[in-house]
Amino acid sequence: MEEKQKTTIVLFSGDYDKAMAAYIIANGAAAYDHEVTIFHTFWGLNALRKDEPIKVQKNFMEKLFGWMMPRGADRMGLSRMNFGGLGTKMIKEIIKKHNAMPLPALIDLAKEQDIKLVACQMTVDLLGLKEEEIMEGVEFAGVAAYLGDAAEGRVNLFI
Amino acid sequence: MEAAKFLDAKGFACPMPVVRTKKAMDGMAQGEVLEIHTTDKGSIKDMAAWAASTGNELVKQTEEDGVYKFWIEKA
Repeated sequence: MEEKQKTTIVLFSGDYDKAMAAYIIANGAAAYDHEVTIFHTFWGLNALRKDEPIKVQKNFMEKLFGWMMPRGADRMGLSRMNFGGLGTKMIKEIIKKHNAMPLPALIDLAKEQDIKLVACQMTVDLLGLKEEEIMEGVEFAGVAAYLGDAAEGRVNLFI
Repeated sequence: MEAAKFLDAKGFACPMPVVRTKKAMDGMAQGEVLEIHTTDKGSIKDMAAWAASTGNELVKQTEEDGVYKFWIEKA
């Protein structure tokens, strides 16, 4: 069989809806038998955060960032019509009604399909996140590792 | 049409019909046919596109009372 095609997605956004789009495309690409990488940077890293509070050593600024950012995919808000979280609640109800998959389930499916989830080490450090706060099975890497995959990618997206 | 395997993907929304189809096909032998039922309108185009690009053949496709039926032969 010929070599597998590659799809890479940079998830920069920490918005629930944008992350959902990213993960739906990623899961679709995996079903297309592509090797898929999602490279999470800046606010997109919050999708990889564990949802329970983790005891780690942090300085004041890091703590502040930790408090202000959503802890895990399920706590992320919509990019539009969030209305202080009410919009997100509503969209989750609609997702259920339409039998679509909520974001945390899409992330589980991605892992099940062996999609490579990468956290950008530099922004992990910038935002004061600690490795213990990131879910299991995530790789930590930089721009070179991303470009290595993206250069061979047929589909490369920045979301 | 004789199908070696049947996949009921009714009620599932995008991307599940293709994800399930891929999984089901992985366990099948060359030349075997998978029959898939869906209710997601997007799957009409999705199944054809998936089959074309993975090299499998969409042999037949019908619609009955809002249920979309596909027969895909594994290449």
